Amino acid sequence: MALVLAVVAHFAAGALLLLGLRRRPVVGAVVGLVVLAATAVVVVTEGIGVDSPLRTTVEWIPLLGFNFSFALDGFAVVMALLVSVLGFAVLAYSIGYFEHDSTFARFVGLFMAFAGSMTGLVLAADLFTMFIFWELTSICSFLLIGLNDKSASARQSAVRALLTTGAGGLCLLGGVGLLQVEFGTTSFAQLAVLSPSGTIAEAAAVLLLFGAFTKSAQFPFHFWLPGAMAAPTPVSAYLHSATMVKAGLVLLARTSPIFADQGVWRWWVVMAGVITMLIGGWQALRQVDAKLLLAHSTVSQLGLLTVLFGVGSPLALYAGVAHLVAHAVFKAGLFLGVGVINHELGIRDVSRIGAARARIPGTVAAIAACTLSMAGIIPLLGFVTKEKALVALLDSEVGQAGTFALWGVVAGSVLSVAYSVRLLRAVSGVGASGTDASHGGEPHHTSRFVALLLSSPVVLTAIVSVVFGVAASQLGKWLVAPATSLDVDAKSKLVLWPGINTALIISVVVIVVGTVVGWRAPLAVSAGRGSRGERAFDGFHDAVMIVAKRITAATQSGSLPMYVGVMVALIAAAPITALLIDGKFPTTNYVTDSPLTVVIVALTVVLALGTVFVQMRFAAALFLGGVGYAVAVLFAMRGAIDLALTQLLVETLSIVIFLLALRVMPRRFSLSSRWNPRSLRVAIAAAVGIAVPLFALAVNGAGGAPSVSQEYFARSVDEAGGRNVVNVILVDFRGFDTMGEITVLAVAALGVANLVRAAERERRNRTSHGAGR
Amino acid sequence: MKTAPSAILDELVDRWLAKVATLVAVYVTFRGHNAPGGGFAGGLILGSLFVLQYLTGRQPMLRGRPIRHPEALLGAGLLLALVTTAAPLVVGGAPLESHIWPLDVPLIGELKVVSSMFFDLGVFVVVVSVVLMVLQALGTRGAAVAQDRLGSAQ
Repeated sequence: MALVLAVVAHFAAGALLLLGLRRRPVVGAVVGLVVLAATAVVVVTEGIGVDSPLRTTVEWIPLLGFNFSFALDGFAVVMALLVSVLGFAVLAYSIGYFEHDSTFARFVGLFMAFAGSMTGLVLAADLFTMFIFWELTSICSFLLIGLNDKSASARQSAVRALLTTGAGGLCLLGGVGLLQVEFGTTSFAQLAVLSPSGTIAEAAAVLLLFGAFTKSAQFPFHFWLPGAMAAPTPVSAYLHSATMVKAGLVLLARTSPIFADQGVWRWWVVMAGVITMLIGGWQALRQVDAKLLLAHSTVSQLGLLTVLFGVGSPLALYAGVAHLVAHAVFKAGLFLGVGVINHELGIRDVSRIGAARARIPGTVAAIAACTLSMAGIIPLLGFVTKEKALVALLDSEVGQAGTFALWGVVAGSVLSVAYSVRLLRAVSGVGASGTDASHGGEPHHTSRFVALLLSSPVVLTAIVSVVFGVAASQLGKWLVAPATSLDVDAKSKLVLWPGINTALIISVVVIVVGTVVGWRAPLAVSAGRGSRGERAFDGFHDAVMIVAKRITAATQSGSLPMYVGVMVALIAAAPITALLIDGKFPTTNYVTDSPLTVVIVALTVVLALGTVFVQMRFAAALFLGGVGYAVAVLFAMRGAIDLALTQLLVETLSIVIFLLALRVMPRRFSLSSRWNPRSLRVAIAAAVGIAVPLFALAVNGAGGAPSVSQEYFARSVDEAGGRNVVNVILVDFRGFDTMGEITVLAVAALGVANLVRAAERERRNRTSHGAGR
Repeated sequence: MKTAPSAILDELVDRWLAKVATLVAVYVTFRGHNAPGGGFAGGLILGSLFVLQYLTGRQPMLRGRPIRHPEALLGAGLLLALVTTAAPLVVGGAPLESHIWPLDVPLIGELKVVSSMFFDLGVFVVVVSVVLMVLQALGTRGAAVAQDRLGSAQ
């Protein structure tokens, strides 16, 4: 229950902010900090050093097997701690960052809702639960990217992110559905036992991959993430580098042990990861804006993590978990640090942020430390984990995919080192065009307390990067439980100095080449009008809109005769097709049952012919009413009193309504028009006239399955307290149908009323316009 | 405004027909659970009364008072049906599950009140208000539009 409480508390705190504490966001933020801290404590006390993971299930729709199930296994502990501890740091930072900002209350509310969704996601013990929280994180991300809702580009980025991750969410849902239907479970543990295989399992795996790729910004869905940097710094630091984009990796980590040895999985993941790593690294190298540099570097690092989880060998999983932690720490620090510079000096341009060194030396030093960790320099945490990744890839024993992954990661790492070197040069002010702070936008004077709030999380992440780098073996021990919770064989350790081995030699080469590339790379080519991916997305988006408009224009002509024509033609076509396929034409006819029936049927036919042949609309309406009455008599003769009664009343009212409407119409039918020729109308009418009665007789004579009416008769009095079965069916057994029908009726009435109202308005406008002239 | 010939109609429609039709409509609605009838038929019967009132040049009236806001009535009817549908969920039943309250009414004897009666009442109200809305739209207001249309067409 503690797990559920922890998740719910986040949402409660968020709701408090959004609804109640709008005026005092700082108080709300403190409440949020308490919730995050409490969650961390719960996770540590309940999750660490226990024999079997804490599990909780909350029933949602037990009838359909939809439940929320959570499990606090090792991997969940690490992820939940990242979410709550980094969340704590970022939220504290944001109190300073959003000082005097009116959007702070909304930010904190959404931030807490996001932290809750993310906690739920990492604790999820099955795919269904994960999907629900997955979608919640997408929505929170959309709202947070668009926090500055007055900026058109922020709104556009938010929509891009939502549509991309939303499409991925739909794929995920498809995969979840396939697994549930085919294997009867979406629980990670049970799926691992079943080890699904076959076409359906593969299709599900591909769908899950699409979900993971969109969320974690993997090629070809990598374009939305840099755009998401329109959000304020705390959002970028937390959602779009440290936590939410890791959701895709969580999914990969959870499902890799299940699917990794199946045909498509490993190649897809490794290809996507390597391509993403290279594209991200190359783009990061070209950015002028420090925040965008970090955004692209995040894409690149996510690529590396995807490769590790995709290879899926025990050692790779262990390395993946370790590097995931390292990345979350140093990237959060980098984003927050660049945010501090932006906040203090108003600049993000890499050629000018060197000016910050004089003003906030502590923060700049921390940024430098985090950058070194990102580059993978000894003795920082990034070195240790990247070394582990190389070792894992060197002996992954998964064939060509593994070799490809290794070379891809080496190339990507060169780029990582290169952009790290650029960032390092920029913040240290070496080779910068000028170190004069007065060139920076508008310097911001902040109080000591705010300055402390802003800088301490940056410094802390740097300290963590250093301490865990030096004390790598301790961290390595702690990470055994998380890794083995994904795959029991994933036991390994971390060491600061591995001794001279292949991986170390590769590392040295990478660092040397990367430094040269980073130092030599031409400074900063501005991307200008959005990346290629963004443009492709926008082009696709516009194309969909155009096609939608054309389809609407083609099918929704607004012509009443055409709508009615299409509908009744289908009514004729469906039963005729069914009869032709089944070949069960009616053998009995009820027409010749009694002389009276013959008379009534003959009368009906005559009235129907009259409706068709008469030229006056008014007369046609009366004939049609006559047909209805005659049919009511037929109903009554066969004992369907309820039906007859209703038919009689409906027919009466219909005629009157017809007559009221006919006042607006010309007196006679228009005989023919080019697109609606008489022959077509005759053909449709004849087809319906033949198909419907034939079908009715065939259905009545078919009688394959036992009729439900006996059962209804039996249950009517006892269960529904009524002796009139027809009515009991309407209000009880099939009451849902009735509910739907009266809703349709109500909507139709509202439609009629509004159509007339619109006509009135048009008329008023016309008369006032005429008077004006 | 009223001229002499309509006096008979007044007497007939307002005095007698209105009462009888209302009574029949309510009767048909309530007996529906056990004998032919029900909310739909009952609503149509009351609707027919309004149509008749309209055709004889009156506003749809009940007990001498015109019904002004059929939209509100429509919403109320839908809501009643919806609440009846959802109510069993609150006590852990299936949607629309019927509950039967036996009642002992003096002089009449034992009566069974079934919860689905409220659903049927919702149907009744919806049907009545739909008729009212259509009458209002196509009748009173539609007439003006119609005149204009035909006028401009000529």
